[in-house]
Amino acid sequence: MASSASTQTGLHPGALLFIALVAACAIVVPFLNIALPQDHLLHVPDHLVVLSGKFLCYAILAVSLNLVWGYCGILSLGHGAFFALGGYAMGMYLMRQIGTRGVYGNPILPDFMVFLNYKELPWFWYGFDQFWFAALMVVLVPGTLAFVFGWLAFRSRVSGVYLSIITQAMTYALLLAFFRNDMGFGGNNGLTDFKDILGFDIQTRETRATLFSLSAIFLVISLIITAYITRSRFGLLLVATRDAEARTRFLGYRPEKVKLFIWTLSAIMAGIAGALYVPQVGIINPGEFAPANSIEIVIWTAVGGRGTIVGPVIGAVLVNGGKSLFTGWFPEYWLFVLGALFVGTTLLLPKGIVGTLNDYWKTRRQKPDEPASNTVPQAAE
Amino acid sequence: MVLIWFLIGTSVAHGNDLQDTIAEFSSAKSFKQVEAVIEKLGVLGDPAAAIALRALSDGELKFRKSDGAVFIVTDGSDGPLLRDAISGNPVESGSATAKDFKKVRVKNSIRRKIAAVLSGMTLQSKSVERRLAGAYTIFETSDASALPALEDALKSEANEDVREAFLDARASAILASDRSVEEKQLAIERISQRADRSSLSLLSKFKGKFDDGLNARIDKAIADIEASQAIWTNVQNIWYGISLGSVLLLAAIGLAITFGVMGVINMAHGEMVMLGAYTTFTVQQVILAYAPDLMPFALLFALPMAFLVSGLIGLIMERGLIRRLYGRPLETLLATWGVSLILQQLVRTIYGPTNREVSNPSWMSGAFEVGQLSITWNRLWIVIFALAVFAVLYFVMNRTKFGLDMRAVTQNRQMAGAMGIRTSWVDAMTFALGSGIAGIAGVALSQIGNVSPNLGQSYIIDSFLVVVFGGVGNLWGTLVGAMSLGIINKFLEPYAGAVLGKVIILVIIILFIQKRPRGLFALKGRAVDT
Repeated sequence: MASSASTQTGLHPGALLFIALVAACAIVVPFLNIALPQDHLLHVPDHLVVLSGKFLCYAILAVSLNLVWGYCGILSLGHGAFFALGGYAMGMYLMRQIGTRGVYGNPILPDFMVFLNYKELPWFWYGFDQFWFAALMVVLVPGTLAFVFGWLAFRSRVSGVYLSIITQAMTYALLLAFFRNDMGFGGNNGLTDFKDILGFDIQTRETRATLFSLSAIFLVISLIITAYITRSRFGLLLVATRDAEARTRFLGYRPEKVKLFIWTLSAIMAGIAGALYVPQVGIINPGEFAPANSIEIVIWTAVGGRGTIVGPVIGAVLVNGGKSLFTGWFPEYWLFVLGALFVGTTLLLPKGIVGTLNDYWKTRRQKPDEPASNTVPQAAE
Repeated sequence: MVLIWFLIGTSVAHGNDLQDTIAEFSSAKSFKQVEAVIEKLGVLGDPAAAIALRALSDGELKFRKSDGAVFIVTDGSDGPLLRDAISGNPVESGSATAKDFKKVRVKNSIRRKIAAVLSGMTLQSKSVERRLAGAYTIFETSDASALPALEDALKSEANEDVREAFLDARASAILASDRSVEEKQLAIERISQRADRSSLSLLSKFKGKFDDGLNARIDKAIADIEASQAIWTNVQNIWYGISLGSVLLLAAIGLAITFGVMGVINMAHGEMVMLGAYTTFTVQQVILAYAPDLMPFALLFALPMAFLVSGLIGLIMERGLIRRLYGRPLETLLATWGVSLILQQLVRTIYGPTNREVSNPSWMSGAFEVGQLSITWNRLWIVIFALAVFAVLYFVMNRTKFGLDMRAVTQNRQMAGAMGIRTSWVDAMTFALGSGIAGIAGVALSQIGNVSPNLGQSYIIDSFLVVVFGGVGNLWGTLVGAMSLGIINKFLEPYAGAVLGKVIILVIIILFIQKRPRGLFALKGRAVDT
């Protein structure tokens, strides 16, 4: 618990350093990839750029979950839905950019529609040939879903485990819906085979490096947003809602509005992460809506340290890196490891890596008669 | 002597008639003429023509171009294989080639005609099934030319069911014939009494074909049947809904109990169900290997085994994991999710990722009819079983000391502890009970679905929705919640499809929670913040 509720101090120097590092990566890594020749020691191979870009998007997703869970106590088991919706919006734009270069050569209809005997474009595909429209949808669609869902849920004070289950059911319903071949979103094959984005060929090294930079830059932005919000008065309100909702309500504040705001913001962030993700991996399919994916996001945040600023990034990179390694070497054992991660983190490392390190440093630096420093208090759970 | 000559004479004459008529196929130039020959065969009524007629339907009846002799011709390895058109016996083909033969022309309407004529012949068949089948064909095709054969057969028919079928077929044939208006009216009455789908389609065929009086009757009969069909469809939806609801009930009741007492959602609950199903599989394998005679009782052995297995694992989970996360329900949710992943992968490693075969005992196979409704035995048994489990649990919750302790801890944990109830022991036993029930549910579910490592995942979301909808105040909430969700789901399905139905249900539940955030049967009293 914070000793006195004065305004928060500046960022922990470690966090500042980390953010600066990520920002630097945005420039350095593409440089190392493009400017240096292949056999140079410091050359970053192409596949590593794409992989890292993917991890950066996951990191943004983890940061968005941290906003609602770490700082506001809403355990969302359906954040993957917002990620996927943003991804689909971008995917629809990219599909329309294919034009006549698809297998069936139809200038208006994407391949899967020709295959399914569509005569014309469904109404919800109009406008997606313009980038600005697609970008708007990337923000609006997850945002609107989150707003409506959150408004209904928080207004009736659904909280805790009930809320988590409902978010899981939400993403499950979307999974079922998007898997249907006649929904007009590509069905179980999803949207793929993209050719270019904004006129640039999607497969060239330059485009990939640019997307990597954009992901890194957006990660920096989301980290700054997190830092700013949590160190503002609103951040205090967030934590109060997390730790003692009833008391906050009796003090005159409106926890529903607080929750709704952070929930919608987080969903938009997740949607943008999805939109950055799709051009880098080249496909979006309904499997992204699977509840299992959304629950994995939670473990990234948990392992890294929820309620900290940089924890989710570290967690996302570590767990996904481990997953890539494991599924390469011992595929049957990955689920055991993942399950053990869930169990182990909740039992032994409830504050995650960064959170535990924070505590450790605090006890190291703290002399017996000095008060604890004014950092954001950890979750009561 | 004369009698014998007479009999031989008539049979030969009969045979000759048949042969002559069949020989006419070779001179039948158009479809109409082919049809005429077929009708003649029907009038003759000689069952021996059946072979030739079937061959004609299959396109194998051909005649030799040189002399018009009709044979059944099939393609052999060295040339055509000939068979006699009446007896079907092979005939020497000599040096004949396929080109020497021309096919007697058939098309689909002629095939239908052949079917109707054949069925007329089958009316005299020795087997009851053949007669019933013949009658049904005439009923469906309304073949007026089969009327004489039908009425002939009716005179000597002894079997009651066959008589009824013949009378129905007769009614149908009359409608297509030139018989009097009164007879047709009686026929319409008879058909509308059947009141099933086939009579509906039959009557619809004749809609608008007669003069006013009859037309009005037909329209009224059609309307009556449609009304009764609509009622039966609703009854069917309710039945399917109850069946689905009983499945949901079995899957969700353990979860509801655990959540009520401990406030913890066990994400591994689905895996407990899965383990129960796999226990059933294992028990069946063991019995098959060591005591095959006990196979019909396999389920009886599987039930307690599944309860023990799942209950034990639940107990271990509770003592080893959940107890250490006391007071942190969200983290318990995550930890149990981890356990569910581990359990899934464990089963996948041991049993393989594909579906495993669990056989149904004989008393669970088959179906029976109630009016227009077909009820399968396995679903009926599952409904009975679910209700039995519910009754047992109700008894345990409300009439035993343990049940009393559980309810006390559900309603107010601290006071219950202050009254001397060992809450941690109650927790452990509740969790074990909830998991055990899930195991039993798995035994039942193995009978109606696939047994695979993903079995748990397909039921877990629905179980959650049942718990959220029904509330955790008492068991009735789960029962009502499960049944309502099942019935609503089944009523939505014909209009929206299974997937959209689920989505709509989710939206309904989210809206429902606006009014009652804690579910249908919520606990009364001051709710404490988690």
